[in-house]
Amino acid sequence: MKLSRRETLLLGAGAAVAAVLPLPTYADAVADAVAAFTGGADVADGGVTVDAPEIAENGNTVPISVSSDGAESIMVLATGNPTPAVATFTFGELAASQSGSIRIRLAQTQDVMAIAKMPDGTFQKASATVKVTIGGCGG
Amino acid sequence: MISRRDFLQVGMAASAVLGASGFGNWARLSAQQSLTQDQLLEFDTFGNVSLIHVTDIHAQLKPIYFREPSVNLGVGPNKGEVPHVTGADFRKLYGIADGSPSHYALSSGDFSSLAQAYGKVGGMDRVATVINAIRAARPDALLLDGGDTWHGSYTCLKTEGQDMVNVMNALKPDAMTFHWEFTLGSERVSELVESLPFAALGQNIFDAEWDEPAELFPPYKFFERGGVKIAVIGQAFPYMPIANPGWMFPEYAFGIRDEHMQEMVDEVRAQGAELVVCLSHNGFDVDKRMASVVSGIDVILTGHTHDALPEPVLVGDTILIASGSNGKFVSRVDLDVRDGKMMGFRHKLIPIFADVIEPDAEISALIDEQRAPFQSELSEVIGQTDTLLYRRGNFNGTWDDLICDALLSEREADIAMSPGVRWGPSLIPGDDITREDIFNVTSMTYGKAYRSEMTGEFIKVILEDVADNIFNPDPYYQQGGDMVRIGGMGYQVDVNKPAGDRISNMTLLKTGAPIDASKSYVVAGWASVNEGTEGPQIWDVVESHIKKLGTVTVADHDNVKVVVE
Repeated sequence: MKLSRRETLLLGAGAAVAAVLPLPTYADAVADAVAAFTGGADVADGGVTVDAPEIAENGNTVPISVSSDGAESIMVLATGNPTPAVATFTFGELAASQSGSIRIRLAQTQDVMAIAKMPDGTFQKASATVKVTIGGCGG
Repeated sequence: MISRRDFLQVGMAASAVLGASGFGNWARLSAQQSLTQDQLLEFDTFGNVSLIHVTDIHAQLKPIYFREPSVNLGVGPNKGEVPHVTGADFRKLYGIADGSPSHYALSSGDFSSLAQAYGKVGGMDRVATVINAIRAARPDALLLDGGDTWHGSYTCLKTEGQDMVNVMNALKPDAMTFHWEFTLGSERVSELVESLPFAALGQNIFDAEWDEPAELFPPYKFFERGGVKIAVIGQAFPYMPIANPGWMFPEYAFGIRDEHMQEMVDEVRAQGAELVVCLSHNGFDVDKRMASVVSGIDVILTGHTHDALPEPVLVGDTILIASGSNGKFVSRVDLDVRDGKMMGFRHKLIPIFADVIEPDAEISALIDEQRAPFQSELSEVIGQTDTLLYRRGNFNGTWDDLICDALLSEREADIAMSPGVRWGPSLIPGDDITREDIFNVTSMTYGKAYRSEMTGEFIKVILEDVADNIFNPDPYYQQGGDMVRIGGMGYQVDVNKPAGDRISNMTLLKTGAPIDASKSYVVAGWASVNEGTEGPQIWDVVESHIKKLGTVTVADHDNVKVVVE
C-alpha cells in the first residue's frame, strides 16, 4: 500500500514526512473499468448529473450524488484512485428516481465520473473535478 | 540568487517611504482640512430601499491604518479585472487623483506619507455615526454584516468574541453570515448565535453527518422595508474546514452549493420576494462566478477577500458590492424596487476617516467598556518600527517578514512559514508596536508555533497546494487567502502554469544552495490546521523577537520571483 497524497497532506505541516511518491495517472485502469461496463460501446457526453464538492472537506469521505433520468444503472468512477471503479447503482423498473448518493475516498485531486446505461443500450456520462488540498491559509 | 528580471518585485513596496513622495504633490494637500463628515456622507436618497453593508471587521473596534495591496493577481477570466487592479492602475481605472483621499483609502502607493496626512481609518464608533446618518435619511435601512466579525484582536480572543457581539448588537444589524467565527469552536458559536437579536444566515451551512441544512443557521430571512418584500440569503465561507481547523467545528459542512442557492432563490421568489439580496462570504471572484451561474439574485454583498471597490460590478442583472475590511468602509446601496423588480440603484463606498467622522459617544463608551479590563496588557509598548508594517498582498508583506524573522530566530529554524491571511492592520514608520498591534496580526484560537522537519519535496507540495488555492483559473477552486508567507527560502512561482508546476528555483537563503528534495529542513510555522499542534503561541514568539530588536527595521526580502506571463 502506497502512501497517498491525501494521507501525506493529513500529516500536515506539523509532521515530518519521509517521502511523497510521484502519482501516476490511472488511465489504463479507468479505460478497463469503462470497457467492462459498456462492453466497448460509445459513451455520449451529458444526460448525467454528478453533484460533488469543488474542494473536498475531507478526502477520506467525499459526498457524491449521481442521477440520470431513466437510467438502468449508473457506474461511479474515481478516475485518480488506484482502483477507479467505486460503485454501480442498478435501478429496477419501479424505481421512482434514478439517483444515488455515496461517500467515497479520493486519493488526490481528480475527476469523478458517472456513466449511465440507458434502457436502449446506449451510454452517457458526466464528470466533476474534486480538489483534494492541504488548505490552511484561507484568510 | 533570484534574479530581478521579468517579474514583479514583490518586496519593493516594503521599503519605507517616510519623507519621500513618489508624486510630489501630497505635501501640498490640505488633507483632512478639505474633508468633512458631510462630504463623506453626502448621498441623495434614492428609490425605496437602503442596504448598509459592513464586512470582515476582524474585531477592529478602534481606528487603525490599513494599507491596501500592491500585488493582487487575477488569473483565468479574472486576469486584469477588478479587484485584481492595484496602485496607480486602480487610480487610473476609477479616475482617482494621486494624493487624494480616495487614493489613500482605496489603493496602495505612498502609503506612509498619506497615512500621516490623512490619519487612521475605521473605528466602530465612527461606523456607528455613519450608520445613524443613513438611518436618519432612511429609518428602515437594512444593516447587514458579512462576517469575520468575531475574530482578530486581543480583546476578541480573550472574550471569545463577546466584545464584538456586544458592540455589534448595539449597532442593531438585521442579519449576519460567518467565517472565522467558527474558529471559536462550535460550542461557543452556538452559544453566541443563540444569543443574537438578529438573523444568523447560511444557506451553505450543513450538518456534516446528514448533509442537510444546519438548523442553527436558516438559509434566508424575509424583511419588509419601504413596502418591498426583501429576502436576504446568507452564504457563509465555503471552505471553512479546509482553510481553518475542521476539528474545531466537526458538526458542520460547507461548500459553495450553488444549486442549493438557486433552490433558495427560487423558493423566496415563489414566496413573493421582490428583492433578493445575498449576504456572502464567498470571496469576490467566487461571487462573480456564482452570479453568472445562479439567476434571480439582485444584489450580492461580497466579503472575505477584503476588496474595496468604489463602484458595483455588474454580472448579468446582479450587482456585486465590495465593502473592504477592518471597519475601513461602509457601503450604502439605495435601490428602487417596483413591481417586483429592481429598477435602479445608487451606491457609495464610504471611507471611514477616523479624524473626520465624529465618533458616536454611546458606542465609544461601549467599546471602552469592552477594553477596560485589558487596557494595561493592550497598551504595553513592546518596541518601535522604522518600517511600514503591513500584510495585505498575494505575497509577503513586511509584517509577515517580521513574523517569519521571529520564527527563524526564536525557533532556530532554516525556513519559516506564516499563513497567507488577509487580515491585520498596518503600522507606519515611527509608530510604537504595542501588544495589541502584535495580536492584531496574529490572534487566533490555533496560534501555536510548531517546529518540525520537512523534506524539500514536502515543502514544495505545500507551496504548490497553496498556490493552486490562489491561482487556480477557476475561482470555485480558490479559497480566497493569499500565498503562504516564507522566510529563509526563496522561490519562483509561475502563476499561469498548472497545479504542481508553478513552484521552482527553491533556494535556502542562508547558504544560497538549492533546496534538496530529499533533504530535511527545520521548518517553524504557526496556524496549523492540525489538531494537537505543539509550541509557544505565535504572539509570544513575535513579542520576544521585537523586544530583542527594540526598533524594528524590515529589510526588503525580495525572495519571491513572480512570473505572470
